[in-house]
Amino acid sequence: MKPCNYACSSAEHLISRRRFFGSLAATGAAAVLPNFGLFTSPAVAAEMSRSQKRMIVINMAGGLSQLESWDPKPGTATGGPFRAIPTSVPGIHISELLPKTAKVMHHLALVRSINTKENSHPLGQYIMSTGRRKTPAQDYPALGAVVARALDRDSSSALPGHIVIAPNGGGGRSADSAYLGPKYGSVTLGGAKPLQYSERPAGLAEEASICANDLRRKVNDRFALRRRTAQTDAYTQSFEQGLELMRQRDVFDVSKESKKDQERYGSHDFGRHCLLARRLVESGITYVRVTHANYDTHCENFNFHFEQVGEFDGPFSTLVTDLAERGLMENTLIVVLSEFGRTPTINANYGRDHWGKAWSICLGGGRIHPGAVIGETGPNGTEVKSREVDGGHLFHTYLAALGIKNTGHFTVAGQKVPMADPAFDAIDELLT
Amino acid sequence: MPADPKLAHVAKDLVAESPLTGCRFDPTGKFVFATSQSSAITRWEIEGGKRIAFTGHESWVLALAISGDGQTLISAGGDDHLVWWPAAAEAPEAAKKVKAHDGWIRSVALSPDGKLVASGGNDRAVRLWDFADGKKVQEFPGADRDIYSVVFHPSGEWLLAGDLDGKIRQWEVATGKLVRTFDASPLHSYNDGQQVHYGGVRAMTFSPDAKWLVAGGLHKATNPLGNIQQPLVVRFDWESGKSVRNHLTEATNERVWSLHDHAEGFLIGCLGGAKGQLVFWKEAEEKPFHVFALPNSARGMSVHSDGLQVATAHADSKLRITKLAAKG
Repeated sequence: MKPCNYACSSAEHLISRRRFFGSLAATGAAAVLPNFGLFTSPAVAAEMSRSQKRMIVINMAGGLSQLESWDPKPGTATGGPFRAIPTSVPGIHISELLPKTAKVMHHLALVRSINTKENSHPLGQYIMSTGRRKTPAQDYPALGAVVARALDRDSSSALPGHIVIAPNGGGGRSADSAYLGPKYGSVTLGGAKPLQYSERPAGLAEEASICANDLRRKVNDRFALRRRTAQTDAYTQSFEQGLELMRQRDVFDVSKESKKDQERYGSHDFGRHCLLARRLVESGITYVRVTHANYDTHCENFNFHFEQVGEFDGPFSTLVTDLAERGLMENTLIVVLSEFGRTPTINANYGRDHWGKAWSICLGGGRIHPGAVIGETGPNGTEVKSREVDGGHLFHTYLAALGIKNTGHFTVAGQKVPMADPAFDAIDELLT
Repeated sequence: MPADPKLAHVAKDLVAESPLTGCRFDPTGKFVFATSQSSAITRWEIEGGKRIAFTGHESWVLALAISGDGQTLISAGGDDHLVWWPAAAEAPEAAKKVKAHDGWIRSVALSPDGKLVASGGNDRAVRLWDFADGKKVQEFPGADRDIYSVVFHPSGEWLLAGDLDGKIRQWEVATGKLVRTFDASPLHSYNDGQQVHYGGVRAMTFSPDAKWLVAGGLHKATNPLGNIQQPLVVRFDWESGKSVRNHLTEATNERVWSLHDHAEGFLIGCLGGAKGQLVFWKEAEEKPFHVFALPNSARGMSVHSDGLQVATAHADSKLRITKLAAKG
C-alpha cells in the first residue's frame, strides 16, 4: 500500500482551518460556520478573504446559444431576431436578453473563439469539465475535483470542496474525481435545501451518538497505529466530515439568507441556487457548480432563450454584483459555460442545433482581466476568425486564474499526473 | 367560383432572400407581403412577381396588418416598434414609427372600422393605438405571460388577446373593461423536466357570422425543446364562451401557425414543423375532411379576398400560393 499524501503544512496554509475554527470558538458560534464577516478578528477575516481561492461554475446545460448571449450578430442571416446592446465596457455588446449582465460587464470577460470540434452532449461536457478529450484508456477528474484538490488547505477539512447544485439533485457523492479519489468527488445538493439525511435520526439519542462515535475513533486510532493507509484515512475522514456536515447543515440552507436577498435573487430554482452558491463560497467551500438547464433548443430557440436567458440574467448579475461588492471577485473565479454553442443556421422549427465549432463563454474574477474579449468569430458566426481556443486552453486558464500552477502535477500512487492537458496552455492575455 | 380544398394545388412560387416567417395579402388582391428572418418586409406583385423590400425595422418583423383600402401596411417588430408604411408605394419609406412595447411585438390587428390598431407582445402588454396619428388610446391589463395573438371581434366592440398560458382575455374596446376570459389552456404546456413553458395561443380567428371563436397552437408537448408535440385547434361558442370542440389532425411534430374561417363554411389551418400542411375542418367535426401537403414547413398563412388563393410563408424562403380550385 502506498503512503497517503498529507496536506501541506506551510505557514500560509496553517492560518486556515485552525485559526478559522479557533476564532469561531471565541465567538461562541462554533456550531455554524459563519461568513468571513463574522470573524471577531478582522485580521483573520481579511486574511481568509484575501487568500482563499474559490470557483463558481454556472453550467448552461444543453448548449447556450452564443448568438443569443455573448456573441450576437444582429442584422445577419444567422443573427436571429434579438438585438445587441452596449455594456458597461465600451465597445463590448452582448445580446439584449442580458440587460442586467450588461451592467456588470466590467467585472467580466468573454472568450468568443472556442472550437472544441465536438457536437455531442456528453463528449462536449467531458471536454469542458476535464479540459481533455474522452479516451477509453484513461478517465480524468472533473474541474471541481481538480480545483478542490489543488486548493485543499487541510486534509481534515470539514466541508466538501466540490459541490454541485442541481434542480433535481439527490444527495451523495459522484464518481467524477477519477484518480484524485472519492474525497474530491462532487457532493450533489438537490436544490437549495440542507443536505439530505443530515439530521440525526429521531430514534438516536445524542448521547448514544456521541458514545458510538467515540468508540469508532478509538478503534480507528488503534488500527491506524499499525496499518494506516490513504484508504483508511479517507474512510475516517468521511465519518468526521459527515458529523461536521450534520453540525453545519445550515450552511446549505438558503432560507437562512435574509428575505431581502432571497427576493433579489428570485424565487425560482436558479435564483435560489445562485444565492446558495454565494452562501457556500462565503462559507469557505472551494468549488460550486450551479446548473441552469434546458438550452438544447432544437425547436423555437428564440422563445426558449427569451424565457431561459431572461431567467438567468437577474440572478447571475446579482451574484456578480454581490461578489464584487463584498470584495470576493479578486479570489473567486466565476465561469458561465456550456458543452457547446448552437448552430448559426436557424432550422425550419426556429431552432438552433449543436455547434462546437465557434462559440463563447463568459468568466470573471481571480486573475481574469476584467473587460477582456478573447478571439473573434466571422461575420455570420459560423467559424472562428482569430485566437482559436480549445477546452484544454480554458482548463489551464481557470487554474491559472485561481493562482494554481496550471503546468503543475498531482502525485498519484507515486506517479506524476499533469493537472491539465500538457498539449495546451493558459490564455495568457486573459490573465492579469 | 366556389373554393374546393380537395382541388388544392400550388399555383405559384415567389422566392425571397431569407426564410419566411409570415405573410399577408392586401385586400385589393394586387400584392402579397411577407416577413422573414431579416428586418425587411417583402412585397410581391402577384401578377408578374415584382419584388420590393420595405426596410426600417431593427429586428425581425413579427406581424403585419393592412388597412381595408390596401393603402397602409402596419408592421410589428421585435424592436419595440410599430411602423406605418404606404403599402402600394414604388419606393416605400416608413411613414410613422411608434415605440409600442418593450421587446417583441408578436401580433397586430386592425379594427373592422379601420380606426384602431391593437398590439401585444413579450412585455405582456396589450395596447390600442389610433390608426390615424399613432397615439395610444387604451392599455389593457397585462397578462401573466407573453401575448401571442390579438384579434378584434367582427363587430369591433371587443378586443381579444391570447397568451402563452392559453388564456384569451376579452375586453370592451370603448371602456377597456375586462369582460371574460376564455380557457384555451390545452394550448399551453409546462414541461417539468425541461422547466419551460410552451405553446400558447398562436392563432385566433372568428367565423364570418361571429358565432365561433377558434384558437390554434399545439398540445401533447412531450419534448418541447425537441419539437415533439401535436397541433390543436380549440373552438369556442361565442355566446357561452365555452369550448365546444377540438379540431385535431394526425400530424405530429407540428403546430398551428395561422387559422382562417372560410366564408364557404370550413376552417383552414396552416401547420408547420416537421412538414407543412394546409388542414381543412368542418365546424362540427373533430377530424379534417382534407389535408393538403405543402412542399416545405409553413410558418404563416393569408387567404386572398377571392377565397380561392391561400398564401403560405415557408422556411425554404419561398412564398407559395395554393389555389383551392382546379388547375388552369
